[in-house]
Amino acid sequence: MRRVPAPLIALAGLGLLFFLLPLAGLILRAPWDQAAAGITAPETATALELSLFCSLAATAIALVLGIPLALVLSRMTGKPRKVLRALTTLPMVLPPVVGGVALWLAFGRRGLVGSLLYQAFGLQITFTTAAAVMAETFVAMPFLVIAVEGGIRSLDPRYEEAARALGAGGWMVFARVTLPLLRPAIFSGAVLCWARALGEFGATITFAGNFPGRTQTVPVAVYVALETRPDAAIVLSLILLAVSLAILVGMRDRWLGAL
Amino acid sequence: MGSPSIVSSITFNFAGTQTLSAQLLLGAEADVFAAADSEHMKQLEVAGLTEGQSRVFAHNILEIAVPRGNPKGIHDLRDLARPGLVVVLADPSVPAGKYAKQALDRAGVKVQAASLETQVTGVLSKVAIGEADAGIVYRSDIVNNRSVDGVVIPEAENVIADYTIVVLKSAKNRAGAHAFIDLVVSGAGATVLLATGFRAA
Amino acid sequence: MSLKARVKIIRAGFELDVLLDVDDGETVAVLGPNGAGKTTLLRALAGLASMDGRVELDGEVLEDSAQGLYVPTERRQIGLVFQDHVLFPHLTVLDNVAFGLQAQGRGDARQVARRWLERAGLENKAGSMPRELSGGQAQRVALLRTLATEPKLLLLDEPLSALDVTIRAEVRRELSRQLASFRGVRLLVTHDPVEAIALADRLVVLENGRIVQSGTPEEVTARPRSRFVADLAGVNLLRGKSHGDHIKLANGASIAAPDAGEGDVFAVIHPRAVALFLVRPDGTPRNVWQGETESIDLHGERVRVRVSGPVPLVAEVTPSAVRALHLTAGAPVWVAVKATEVSVYPA
Repeated sequence: MRRVPAPLIALAGLGLLFFLLPLAGLILRAPWDQAAAGITAPETATALELSLFCSLAATAIALVLGIPLALVLSRMTGKPRKVLRALTTLPMVLPPVVGGVALWLAFGRRGLVGSLLYQAFGLQITFTTAAAVMAETFVAMPFLVIAVEGGIRSLDPRYEEAARALGAGGWMVFARVTLPLLRPAIFSGAVLCWARALGEFGATITFAGNFPGRTQTVPVAVYVALETRPDAAIVLSLILLAVSLAILVGMRDRWLGAL
Repeated sequence: MGSPSIVSSITFNFAGTQTLSAQLLLGAEADVFAAADSEHMKQLEVAGLTEGQSRVFAHNILEIAVPRGNPKGIHDLRDLARPGLVVVLADPSVPAGKYAKQALDRAGVKVQAASLETQVTGVLSKVAIGEADAGIVYRSDIVNNRSVDGVVIPEAENVIADYTIVVLKSAKNRAGAHAFIDLVVSGAGATVLLATGFRAA
Repeated sequence: MSLKARVKIIRAGFELDVLLDVDDGETVAVLGPNGAGKTTLLRALAGLASMDGRVELDGEVLEDSAQGLYVPTERRQIGLVFQDHVLFPHLTVLDNVAFGLQAQGRGDARQVARRWLERAGLENKAGSMPRELSGGQAQRVALLRTLATEPKLLLLDEPLSALDVTIRAEVRRELSRQLASFRGVRLLVTHDPVEAIALADRLVVLENGRIVQSGTPEEVTARPRSRFVADLAGVNLLRGKSHGDHIKLANGASIAAPDAGEGDVFAVIHPRAVALFLVRPDGTPRNVWQGETESIDLHGERVRVRVSGPVPLVAEVTPSAVRALHLTAGAPVWVAVKATEVSVYPA
């Protein structure tokens, strides 16, 4: 290692330990004998399926809405931009439970928009899988927006200028030049977004509630199981850890770049 | 009552019974533990974390919580099975949820719960803000709560919860612990409990 | 087909005010030092920089700020070649060249692109990615990409500057060929006089946002009207007011020159015509000044000595002369120039 001052190495070591110890605790204290039973238990599969579905759905929504948002943000200037940027990244600093409450207030039966939906169509969003997806999208999308906006700002503007000079209109420039060049940023943003969505708990349990197969994602299942069946909770946690790790490690080298 | 010199301040740690007992089983320390049922208390006794005999200090019964004005016109447990009704219960791992399930099963009522909350207060809040049409909570949760109304469940269909209290082996202030428990089970304690919707032991 | 443009851009610390007229029969090079506004001018013509004024190409008004008219870049039928190709890194060479044709909606875009590559001898690179090309190849592909769309106006931003000196000549030759056969208006900007003189039929000199000179390369260098061009041509350039047989500089110094005329003039003195002495010379030269040696630079077999004083000049002498005079930086020296060696023309 190029000369890193010893005190810094010591601090780095402490930091690493801080991350590793909880993980080590999880792995070492795991009831491996029950692991097999835990993994194949139907509740586990249900929770895992639901978690994967919701997190992927949230990521898909984040891509469709977040990339245009990042594009718009990158083209804005001055105060409007600062304000919009702060708003879109607010979910990142908001405590997730507060996010859940905010989602209530907007989309709940008596919420701003939710009340209209309920009165007009009898539609209630809370307690549905859609609510879980919304909760995850709310907390995770900002990660994608930030990553993509960063990518756009680091793009050489001359590529778009060259494309325009060659006669390409707005949509062709976006689809054939901007978007392909943003692939690394989009990918790393999507992975971050997906990871955050997968681990989302506070907003989910507040806005979507807890019901196996419908809104009981793995983090929620872990929380519920922890009090009565800690061993099952640990097994579930390990499974989520393994799935997340597998995907992160599998992605890392090839496409993450900035991550 | 206990002299001020023994107990100068009381620190409370409120949470669901199952959460607290899990914490204690994992090594948390305290002077006194109070549970909303006897099962969790038994777990702690079996684990050898308690000192002396636990005592029942209050009872609670279930009641249906509905939004103010009871807009959906709920009158009994059977109404909870009405199609299209959004009912929230506590998760069976929570004492209140376990009791609710008992009561519903005994009455032969099949409820499609929208959510199984991890704390009774979660059920209450969902009803209070209007997201749920009804929920089953404790009477004590409803009594002093202005944002919900209560629908009584007749005793015959109800479940009576035993609230237990005990001094813990890990207590650092044994004298204070005993003094507090004495207060709770005394007449003065009963008055307070009654006022908040509990039944005396 | 012609380009008629009046471009005015005012920004903090920068002002551009240019009137430009280019016919399709000539390649015009806008030459100027860095910071003169050349690239800004090009971008304004391309519609990539906000400007005041009017741009008319082939009779069609592309921009007219007075009437609030603005045709977006993609509809201007222009071609833009950047200094460092700016080929789309994620597309193959073929797709790069076909891009503009596809933007035009042509179904045969790739076939046409391939033909362009074949004509330039680059068809074997059609499937390569831009990062696999050499600098010269990339720049040639960039040119082809632009030419393929058959634009009406070809704008080249210092097309050779980013290239290695060794391959510059080769690319320049090809560029020259392509420009000659191009049927639209050709405008290139550069700070490199060699590039300008080699490629252009007409030079337009831009300094501090204003056109100071225009003409064929020969005309411009024969009669420099700015320090930049003078340095380019390697001559001494002075400016003053002439009064018949002498010119008065702004600082009061006087230069004797026959037939100086009357009025604002430029005076050009070739360094070879400047003689240096250790003591005040006696003789025919009317122009004798004392100065201080500023710098001494060897240029091949000649030495260029920069002398400061009432009339700052660069003298070109032999190395042995420098030794004989013991010339060193800071040493006082006398300068003499024959009046007949001063060429004067109106400013």
